[in-house]
Amino acid sequence: MSDDRIQVAFVGNPNCGKTTLFNALTGANLKVANWPGVTVEKKTGVANYKGQKMNLVDLPGIYSLTSYSIEETVSRNCVMEDDIDVIVNVVDASSLERNLYLTMQLLELGKPVILALNMMDIVKERGMEIDMHRLPEVLGEIPVVPVSARQRRGLNVLLHAVKHHYEEEVHGPVVRYSAQLEEKISQLEELTANQYPDLNFRRWTAIKYLERDPQTMHQYPLEGAEKIADRSYEKEIINQKYDYIEEVIEETLFYRGNKEDKTDKVDRILTHPVWGVPVFLGIMALVFFFTFTIGDALKGVFEVGLDRLLSFMSVFLTDLHASDWVISLVVDGIISGVGGILTFLPNIFILFLALGILEDSGYMARVAYVMDGIMGKVGLSGKAFLPMVLGFGCTVPAVMASRTLESEKDRRRTILLTPFMSCSARLPIYVLFSSIFFPHAAMFVAFSLYVIGMGMAILIAKISSKISRGENDGTLLIELPEYKMPNARTIAIYVWEKVKDYLTKAGTTIFVASIIIWFILNFNAGGMVTDVKESFGAMLGHWLEPILAPAGLGMWQIAVALISGLSAKEVVVSSFSVLFGVNNVNSAVGMSSMAAALEQFGFGPVNAYALMIFCLLYTPCMATIGTVKKESNSTKFTVFVICFQLLLAYVASVLVYQVGSLLF
Amino acid sequence: MTLLEGQKGNFYRVVQVRERESVQRRLEALGILEGTKLEILNHKKNGSTIIKVRGTRWAMGRKIAGGIEVEECSDE
Repeated sequence: MSDDRIQVAFVGNPNCGKTTLFNALTGANLKVANWPGVTVEKKTGVANYKGQKMNLVDLPGIYSLTSYSIEETVSRNCVMEDDIDVIVNVVDASSLERNLYLTMQLLELGKPVILALNMMDIVKERGMEIDMHRLPEVLGEIPVVPVSARQRRGLNVLLHAVKHHYEEEVHGPVVRYSAQLEEKISQLEELTANQYPDLNFRRWTAIKYLERDPQTMHQYPLEGAEKIADRSYEKEIINQKYDYIEEVIEETLFYRGNKEDKTDKVDRILTHPVWGVPVFLGIMALVFFFTFTIGDALKGVFEVGLDRLLSFMSVFLTDLHASDWVISLVVDGIISGVGGILTFLPNIFILFLALGILEDSGYMARVAYVMDGIMGKVGLSGKAFLPMVLGFGCTVPAVMASRTLESEKDRRRTILLTPFMSCSARLPIYVLFSSIFFPHAAMFVAFSLYVIGMGMAILIAKISSKISRGENDGTLLIELPEYKMPNARTIAIYVWEKVKDYLTKAGTTIFVASIIIWFILNFNAGGMVTDVKESFGAMLGHWLEPILAPAGLGMWQIAVALISGLSAKEVVVSSFSVLFGVNNVNSAVGMSSMAAALEQFGFGPVNAYALMIFCLLYTPCMATIGTVKKESNSTKFTVFVICFQLLLAYVASVLVYQVGSLLF
Repeated sequence: MTLLEGQKGNFYRVVQVRERESVQRRLEALGILEGTKLEILNHKKNGSTIIKVRGTRWAMGRKIAGGIEVEECSDE
């Protein structure tokens, strides 16, 4: 990194709009939503203001500079250790009082701080007024810039402040503690100055010593400090900070009239003691209802397009006198596999649109509260339910979101549960097989898999709490943000990123998987084969047939499809189309030819349901496994997840098939 | 009394936080400490509670709510 760039860190409470601001300034498309804890990693970007380049760092939200959770540690270390020149303290102006606590701590660091007052629109809406002249005065003359990250207002003013403020002298301490504490602080500052002459944060270190902060005491052991910091003065320090903040609020914040909060009104229904859970289930059911109905309505357009492409490509390639194997590769391999997956794009689009609106509205944090009771019964806090809801979209970010949980044990248990929430990649499998084999109850059948997945997660949580004695019942603590009208731009970014992911996956993983499947179906050691039964694929699959037979899945094609599905779950569908030579699998014609092909093997509705159960439960995709490994930092745990889910899927699908065969 | 026994819609002042040290520190960092005024917005049978403190709403589990000792106080 070049020296003339200003290093800027964005620090602030969770859900105050740091990432929205960061996106607006850097043109990045990082995910934002309206619940605390969306950002779990630090991200960097570049902004340019009148020729001055700046490196911006977006950090996870924190309430204080102590370190209770991973995010807090990440943010604290970044601000303290990296060569950050300026701290932009993003503040939710609508809850100024709580936000200022972190501000007070940041000011104690002695680095240049700029206060970015976000969400001023809510302040106005609620009939509040902030004295913009008095506020900087009581905060040690730091620049205070009102911004609207969502409406992209005040951005240049903020960058201007960054450019000009970073060289300025920092004024003396803002919060003055009681005489007794100040005496101790200056004594400790002196000790620090003697023993660590290069250390910049002297007042900060002294105060942390008085709080007996373990990280500071470990990092900078201070001789002779024991006598001065003879006990923890943390309580006094916090209290006096808040006393000062109360003064600040009294001088700068004014209420005009007391309108009843919209949020409170909405909460009366959504967090109702009795109706909360049914309302949540209803909302989720609605999400899936839209995913199926609207998605299906849009599907037609894609099918027609795909059909045209298919016929065009065969004619085009024949005209070019391409050899048979090239035509076969392109038409039977790539277009069947990748194209088949693309027709599910409308469903995926609607699903993420709905999830995006839910996340941006502010409802997600309420879900943690609503589900706290049920999660408590299985020894987890309601907060563990958030990663699970995210799991309906994609398991990878869901596993990462488990970082917001404080205890390592809870994180592991939550990671274990998230794959059971049916992710968007499993959606094509459900849509396809339930439409083929349960034409009159397709939506109901698909929804049943979502419910079974959730039920399985709860059951496993219950069992694991018996084994590891989960005690985190009743320790939920989460901020409930204001409800907001979902922002079109935010949702557009969110959905576009997801659609892009899906398309990328179709172009990479599914593309490659389709070619591989095509290859192992058309070749064996002797070269290209005419009879599929002699191919590599058949040989490999035959070997697994007897094992899968009790689950009603004893066909080599299914074995091959399931194995390939480890790369990404959609690949199960693309493999099926390649395996059975069905070109437009999601269309009416495609479905009936698939049904006909499967019927030859005696594969009926019960088999299909067993297959869907297997796909719901079995080992997650590579990307998820990689994330589990990274987040748990344990190979043993990762291997356990892989084996456990494989075994569970097998047992469950055998059970479904055997019982189902008896009944139907 | 603790928050668990509080009435929905009433205002209370924190007398003492009786919880594990770490939870206590956490609550303090959030501005919930001795002398803080709060309003109970919601209660569930299992003890999960929503409060409003310093203009912010918090949802908390039974255990934490039960560890916060409060006394009734007026709206102003």
